[in-house]
Amino acid sequence: MRVVVAMSGGVDSSVAAALLVEAGHDVVGMSMQLYDQEQGDARFGTCCTIDDLHDARRVATVLGIPHYIVNLERRFEQVVVENFVSEYAAGRTPIPCVHCNSDLKFDTLVERAAGLEADAVATGHYARISRSDDGVFHLKRGIDDTKDQGYFLFALTQAQLSRALFPVGHLHKRDVRDRARARRLPVSEKPDSQEICFVPDGDYAALVTRRLDGDRSGLMVDTEGRVVGRHPGVHHFTIGQRKGLGVAMGEPAYVVKLDAGQRLVTIGPRTALERTSLTASRVNWIAGTVPAGRIRVGAQIRHRHLAAAASVEPIEADRVRVEFDAPQVAVAPGQAVVFYREDDVLGGGWID
Amino acid sequence: MEPAAADALMRAITEVIGNASSVHSFGQLAKAGLDDARAAVAALIGAEPAEVVFTSGGTESDNLALRGAAEEVPATRRRHVIVSAIEHEAVLNTVKAMARHGWKVTVLPVGASGVVATDALRDAIDDQTAIVSVMHANNELGTIQPVDELAAISHDHGALFHTDAVQSAGKLPLNARASGVDLLSLSSHKFGGPKGVGALWIRRGLSLRAVMTGGRQERGRRAGTENVPAIMAMGVAAAIARDRLPASSERIAVLRDRLEASILAGVPGSVVNGASRPRTPNTTNISFDHVEGEALVMALDMEGIAVSTGSACSSGTLEPSHVLRAIGLPPSRVQSAIRFSLGPQTTDAEIDRVSTTVSSVVARLRGISGRRSEG
Repeated sequence: MRVVVAMSGGVDSSVAAALLVEAGHDVVGMSMQLYDQEQGDARFGTCCTIDDLHDARRVATVLGIPHYIVNLERRFEQVVVENFVSEYAAGRTPIPCVHCNSDLKFDTLVERAAGLEADAVATGHYARISRSDDGVFHLKRGIDDTKDQGYFLFALTQAQLSRALFPVGHLHKRDVRDRARARRLPVSEKPDSQEICFVPDGDYAALVTRRLDGDRSGLMVDTEGRVVGRHPGVHHFTIGQRKGLGVAMGEPAYVVKLDAGQRLVTIGPRTALERTSLTASRVNWIAGTVPAGRIRVGAQIRHRHLAAAASVEPIEADRVRVEFDAPQVAVAPGQAVVFYREDDVLGGGWID
Repeated sequence: MEPAAADALMRAITEVIGNASSVHSFGQLAKAGLDDARAAVAALIGAEPAEVVFTSGGTESDNLALRGAAEEVPATRRRHVIVSAIEHEAVLNTVKAMARHGWKVTVLPVGASGVVATDALRDAIDDQTAIVSVMHANNELGTIQPVDELAAISHDHGALFHTDAVQSAGKLPLNARASGVDLLSLSSHKFGGPKGVGALWIRRGLSLRAVMTGGRQERGRRAGTENVPAIMAMGVAAAIARDRLPASSERIAVLRDRLEASILAGVPGSVVNGASRPRTPNTTNISFDHVEGEALVMALDMEGIAVSTGSACSSGTLEPSHVLRAIGLPPSRVQSAIRFSLGPQTTDAEIDRVSTTVSSVVARLRGISGRRSEG
C-alpha cells in the first residue's frame, strides 16, 4: 500500500521510513517546515531546522523514495506557538507537542496523504496501535519505557488512528539506532531531539517575554499570603519549580500556585504541592466512547511521571474528575493528564 | 541540458586542463575556449564579446550589476535605486542589502497584467536615482516588461538601467545594444547550458566596480579562476539557442497555448495568472479554485509531472509567491497557483497527458478538501 511517512530528519522517523520500504510499501516521505527560517526569533537547535529537512531528504534519497516538504509555518505559529505563549502568560504550563501532533501534523498528513492516494500515514513515534475484534483501534505505549510517546498522542481520534502506523513503536531506541547504522542512514549518529523544538535553548520564558508587551511583574507570596519578593511575570514559572525563585525561605521552596490575573506567584514547601484530585477538560477517549461511570486507571500528569493509581469519572461531555489514591506532587494546569490501563492509552485531557 | 553542451562540458573537463591566465599552451587552449564562449554569448544577446563578463550565474550577475554600479556612483552622490515588485530575489534581496547601507529603495507596483507601468517609473524617478532594475521577463508569469521604454526614461534622468534577462535569454531574440539597457544578466542553465555559470553584459564604456575582488580575470571586473568547462558548455548552448530562434520559441508557444486552452476548458475554476501578451513562450501560471498548490505539486510529481509553486527555493520549501501577491491576486488564488514550464523537448503527447492528469488530480484534491470543510 502507499504510505506517507512524516520525516523529521531524526533517527526514529528515518528508520520508520526504512522499515516501511523494506516491508514492500510504496513510501512517500514528507517533512514539515514549521518555522520561518529567516525571521525566527530564535536559532533552532534540534528539530524542524533547514538542516533537518535536508537530512530527511538525504535519507529519502538513500531509500529511493520521493520526498516533499510541507510548509506549515503559518499554521504552526497559529496552532502551536501562539497557544504556547498565551498558556504561559495565563500561568499555565503548556505542552506544545500534543497540539502539534494532533491538531497539525496528523491532520495535515492525512489530508496530503489522501491527495496522493495513500492508504496510511506513518510517524516515528514510540507508540503502538492495535485493533480489536469489534473494529475499535487502541493506542498503546511504545515498548521502550524510556522513549514511550503515548502521552503525546492521547488526543488522536479513531479516524486518525485508523490510518496511522508507528513502525518503531515495537522497538527499543538502541535497536532503532542499530537499524539506522546497519542501513548506513546518514542520520544514524544524530543526537535525540529535545522535546520542544522551537525553544532549543530551553529558555521558554525568554521566548514568551519577547512576544508579550508591557510589564508583567508582580508579587511573590508564601502560602500565608506574606510578600516574600517580586517576580518578572508568571510566565517565568511552572508549578513545582524550585530553582530560580530568587528567595531564601530557610527550607526548600517551590512554586505552588500561579495567578495570572493577580500577577501572584505563591511559593511554599513541598507538601503544599500535593494534590489528591484534579479536573480536566477537552478530554479525548481513544476508543471514541465516554465511559459510563467511574473507572480505575493509571493517571500520568506529566510526560516524565510514573502513572499513579486513580479513579476517573466523567462529569460533563468532555470533562472528567480524577481522584488519586495517593497525593501527587506538582499538578500543573495546562499539562495533560493521560489515562492508562497497563500499556493501553485510554485517553486524556487538559488539566484545569 | 542540451546534449551538445553536455558533450562540450565533458570534453572540456578532460581536455582543457589549463588555466586561462597561464601563458603556456594549455593555458592558451583554455583562453581560446573562453573567447569562443564569449563570442557565442555575445551573439545570443546582440552584444560585443568584450562586453560580456562571466559569472557563477544569474544571481551573481544581478549582484555585480547592482552593487558594482552602486560602488561606482559615490562620485555623483546618487543614492536611490528603483526595482519592480516582481523582481527575482537576487535583485530584491540585493537592494535590501543596499538599503542597509543607506540607499533609498523604491519598489514599483505591478498591476494584475504582470507588467510594470512606465508611468510608475516616471513618478518614482528623480535626479537622485542612480540605478533602475526591471527584469526582462518574469520568471513566474513569463510576462515581458517594457525595458526599452523604461531604459529611455532612466536615461532621461541620468540613471543606469539594468535588466535581469535570465528568463528570456535564449528564449526570445535579444539585442542588448539596440535596446538601450546598460546592464543585462543571464544564466546558462535557462537556455540549455550547465548550472552554476552565467554572464553579465556591461555596455561598452560603462565602468563598474568589481564585487568579487582578486586577480585580473574578466578585465578586472570579476576576479577568480574562470570555470572554463562550464563557460565553454554555456557557449555551445548559446550558439544552439541562437540558431534555433525564433522557430523554437514559436513551436513552444503553440504547445503552451494548447496546454492553457485544454486546462481552462477541462478544469472548471481554473484561471491563468498574468495572461497578458507578450509573454515568454515556455511559461504558464494557473490557479485552481479550492486546491492548494502545494498539494497539487506533490500529487502531479507522483504522476511524473514536475511543476512548481512560486519560484524554486534553495530549501525546496513552498513559499507563497511574492510575484503573485505583488500583482494583487487574493491569497486563495496565490495558494492555488502552479507554474508549468515547457522546453525544447516538450512534445504534443506530453501536453495531452499533462492536461488530462491535471484534470483528474484537481478533481481528486477538490474531493478531499470538500470532505474536510464539510466535516
